[in-house]
Amino acid sequence: MTDIQASMDVLPGLDPRAPLLQINDLHVEFRTRDGVAKAVNGASFRLSPGETLAILGESGCGKSVTAQAIMGILESPPGHITRGEVRYRGVDLLKLPEHERRKVRANKIAMIFQDALSALNPVYTVGFQLAELFRAHRGMSRADAKNRAIGLLDQVRIPAARARINDYPHQFSGGMRQRVMIAMALALDPEVLIADEPTTALDVTVQAQIMSLLAELQRQRNMGLILITHDMGVVADVADRISVMYAGRVIEEAPVYDIYARPAHPYTRALLESIPRLDLKGHQLTAIRGLPPVLTDIPSGCAFNPRCRYAKDPCLQDPPPPAYAIAPHRTARCHFFREVLGE
Amino acid sequence: MSDVVLETRNLVKHFPVNQGIVVKSKVGAVRAVDGVDLQLRRGETLGVVGESGCGKSTLAKLLVGLEKPTSGSIMVRGQDMVRLRGGDLRRARRNIQMVLQDPYTSLNPRMTVGDIIGEPFEIHPEVVPRGKRQQAVQDLLDTVGLNPDHISRYPHQFSGGQRQRIGIARALALKPEIIVCDEPVSALDVSIQAQVINLLERLQDDFGLSYIFIAHDLSVVRHIADRVAVMYLGKIVEQGHDVAIYDQPTHPYTQALLSAVPVPDPRLRGRRDQIVLEGDVPSPADPPSGCRFRTRCWKAQHICAEQEPQLLIRERSPHPSACHFAEIRRIR
Repeated sequence: MTDIQASMDVLPGLDPRAPLLQINDLHVEFRTRDGVAKAVNGASFRLSPGETLAILGESGCGKSVTAQAIMGILESPPGHITRGEVRYRGVDLLKLPEHERRKVRANKIAMIFQDALSALNPVYTVGFQLAELFRAHRGMSRADAKNRAIGLLDQVRIPAARARINDYPHQFSGGMRQRVMIAMALALDPEVLIADEPTTALDVTVQAQIMSLLAELQRQRNMGLILITHDMGVVADVADRISVMYAGRVIEEAPVYDIYARPAHPYTRALLESIPRLDLKGHQLTAIRGLPPVLTDIPSGCAFNPRCRYAKDPCLQDPPPPAYAIAPHRTARCHFFREVLGE
Repeated sequence: MSDVVLETRNLVKHFPVNQGIVVKSKVGAVRAVDGVDLQLRRGETLGVVGESGCGKSTLAKLLVGLEKPTSGSIMVRGQDMVRLRGGDLRRARRNIQMVLQDPYTSLNPRMTVGDIIGEPFEIHPEVVPRGKRQQAVQDLLDTVGLNPDHISRYPHQFSGGQRQRIGIARALALKPEIIVCDEPVSALDVSIQAQVINLLERLQDDFGLSYIFIAHDLSVVRHIADRVAVMYLGKIVEQGHDVAIYDQPTHPYTQALLSAVPVPDPRLRGRRDQIVLEGDVPSPADPPSGCRFRTRCWKAQHICAEQEPQLLIRERSPHPSACHFAEIRRIR
């Protein structure tokens, strides 16, 4: 083991009994010429080993920025984390100096992206990029690192791995490239994997392959998985719990079965109703009126109020609705959640 | 069959693959569209589904005349678009318009909305006299649910969904009978998708439009289409009414495609009929012999490599299916 691995254990304040990953009241803003865009406004999550948490939301809801803040890859400036904690096993990563933070990244928390072609380096072979991880983080010899790279490609089911490690990223198909990126993320056995729209750019038949591969690898390794997506079909297939984000806030959090059966927030309900369904053929879809808010000018009170059919006076008033506990492990930021639930 | 507004016969588009820098020689061809027959009736929506590389976007470009077919014909109201020239072609093209996928790149950022929607009138000046064009553009904006006063705004001042409405208004400008929609909602968020789908359906009812609706999202196609054609590597492999395709698919590829679509209902998890295909779509430059799907098909036999299955009604397939072993299999 190299010094990086050895010093992992002396990460100050590390408590193996503390939750795997806990995000508390995260705030991220982007200071731009057009004003301050408030991308994340108090997001909180918790993730346990072996669990799949889906962060669901439309473009601009802050789901990817949240992931970047957790990974410590937020571009700054213009991005600034103004408040909050990202605790890995009790250690607040946001307070760690960069050289300590690097030990966590890839080793403990890894990430895969939507677009594998731009996430991989086009001028190095896939084998080199995989082996580099083992050489830099584990101090392995060239030959050992190469063998580990082949083993990894085997694990993500790339046919003829021994021959293909000498290929460049552009020589792989979209699905195979996504497998390479998964291999790279899993190389150092992380405890948490963040997948940001991992199958959005892929065809449905390939998407099915990749999602079943991810589920299997997660089961084998008892990894915590954060799945960031806008696709309610994918979420229904794999998630244990869902956090729905809107305008930088988690507006509803619930176990997957509950949220599809009985959504408690008007936005979640409207999203589910706007999916084309078999029994709605020949009828109008229930569209959500209006547009998502501009992040430099988020409405006061509940950010969803201008588009909401339940909205009444209290919804327009600051502070925004608190996270009402509506059942064990279930919260919703809506004053009228009882009405939405149909009680 | 007088209500057929569009019909293609054995439509083929091959893109040559060239080698050499100074002296170019053709070494092969990408068979993007390889013998497609389809019919579109008045007021009907024909959904075309398939994965990337199956030729659905090339088909769209052929239909509106943005690409010239290698062979075959495109009959619109009895006229073959492929053989028309000059003024006849220009007039015929008014009748078939297109809505593009990406509302961000398909609108010129330096033109106002009024100029964008009014541009078809510049090209076809006989449709609306000059003096009435501004009013016509404002009427179009109103028709697609945008504020007519925004006529001098630029595309960047609109959201994605609103831009797609601008694209739809532009397609409507020349009062076409047929609109080819190439992935019209796939760049939009779910909450906005529903608005645009509703708009397209309302316009169809109001103006008696016929749509070719190209998409990879099977649930959207199911919602909007009356008939569906499934494409794989440049060919239609199965075609029929929406109920036939979705409830009684007979081609293995259609079955795999349907089973791969995630269903937004966690109660079905693990209880769905899932067919996970091996591998990727082969290159259209070098398609497999015989049936093009055989390299990924679990039913493939010797005959599939030797004899290409035709798109026919078969003993066990009540609608046309291009599989020697076509058989109904209910998915899920």
